[in-house]
Amino acid sequence: MHSAFVVSQTDPRPLYLQIKDQIRHRIAVGALKPGDEIPSIRALAAGARVSVITIKRAYLELELEGIIQTRHGRGSFVAEGVRLADTLNQQELDQHLQAAARVAALLHLTDDDLVERLRKVRRELAERKP
Amino acid sequence: MMSPDTSLAFTLRGVRKAFRYFALDGLDLQLPLGQIMGLVGPNGAGKSTTIRLLMGLIAPEAGVIEVLGQRVPEHAARAKRDVAFVAEDMRLYGAATLAWHMRLVASIFPNWDEVYAQQLLKRFNLHAEQPTRGLSRGEHIKAMLLLALARRPRLLVLDEPTSGLDPVARYELLSELMEIVRDDSRSILFSSHNTLDVERVCDQIAFLDRGRLVDVSDKEAFLERWRRLQLDVPPGVTLPVLADVVEVSSSARLATLTTNNYQPELQATLERAGARVHEVQRMSLEEIFVASVMRSRGEAAS
Repeated sequence: MHSAFVVSQTDPRPLYLQIKDQIRHRIAVGALKPGDEIPSIRALAAGARVSVITIKRAYLELELEGIIQTRHGRGSFVAEGVRLADTLNQQELDQHLQAAARVAALLHLTDDDLVERLRKVRRELAERKP
Repeated sequence: MMSPDTSLAFTLRGVRKAFRYFALDGLDLQLPLGQIMGLVGPNGAGKSTTIRLLMGLIAPEAGVIEVLGQRVPEHAARAKRDVAFVAEDMRLYGAATLAWHMRLVASIFPNWDEVYAQQLLKRFNLHAEQPTRGLSRGEHIKAMLLLALARRPRLLVLDEPTSGLDPVARYELLSELMEIVRDDSRSILFSSHNTLDVERVCDQIAFLDRGRLVDVSDKEAFLERWRRLQLDVPPGVTLPVLADVVEVSSSARLATLTTNNYQPELQATLERAGARVHEVQRMSLEEIFVASVMRSRGEAAS
């Protein structure tokens, strides 16, 4: 299970962010549940063949975001907390919306233009469903 | 006299070594235990000289060197029990087999791990009974790496380990390096031209150029400090002169600005001056390295 963490050096995201995103994703889809132990920093570094300092940074930020907890001498665990998957999905949505808002600013779109574009995309997605 | 710091794999303080056409000067470098350091520099930067000083193969004219708590070169023999070193130009006895070399190394170093050695034989796709003179360049490097890794050294020093290896062997080697630092008391120093390998597995990065240490820091801090900004510069707007800006190149209405100490406020400063920040880009270690060296050479020349 540890070896399933894979990072790409052609991904524009820095390595620590790829690791963070993969852990969040596992929590979001329920592959990791609150209270589950996650690999130690050095074990994950060896499994993903990425420097220890990179994994340390990913864990530190996940800890500050309240997503994982590190208990001294006992390892790191997914934080106890309900609706964690929900929160993570919300955060993911916010990230995509921020990216969209940035591009919209470059295109000088108004808020209404942007909302209309979003409605259109949602209509298209709904029509595509079997 | 200062007592050796046991939290460090090695330390170099104020080290100087001069040759006829090259001098390493004022070198200060430390590697904490449990970490991997990448020594990056163009040809002739002083990477091999630094490594030879650490190995006690040459003596410094000034400064202090300690390896695993032992003064070098005075106590190099004691330090080297726990240090393994591989350089591309090392030779094996051509008439002897790899198995013979393995028995020899095992007889000298009590930490030799025969089980691990057999695993490495398979992973590196080597044949123990083949005389080493028949090995290809890549196989030769892999044989030397096997002899070094199976000693289970506390400090592993590799001079250009991945050059000359095919992609599969490189993958295997980087995996082995990461396995070593599962143990937080083991450390690795390697020099490389391959910034992708260094960017991936190193905790500490040191840039050398022309005998000087251009920059050293932990990798995450390194990558976080450097950014390239793409700017739109309307006619009549002059970019302010800013600290920490390493390079500005501009053509009609566009400019690219490189900084080695990026702060989000930089964007606001530029926008206040009338420029528009089109994009803030992260930089690869290779791009950072080239920019560092060019800046360091520019400073030296002025």
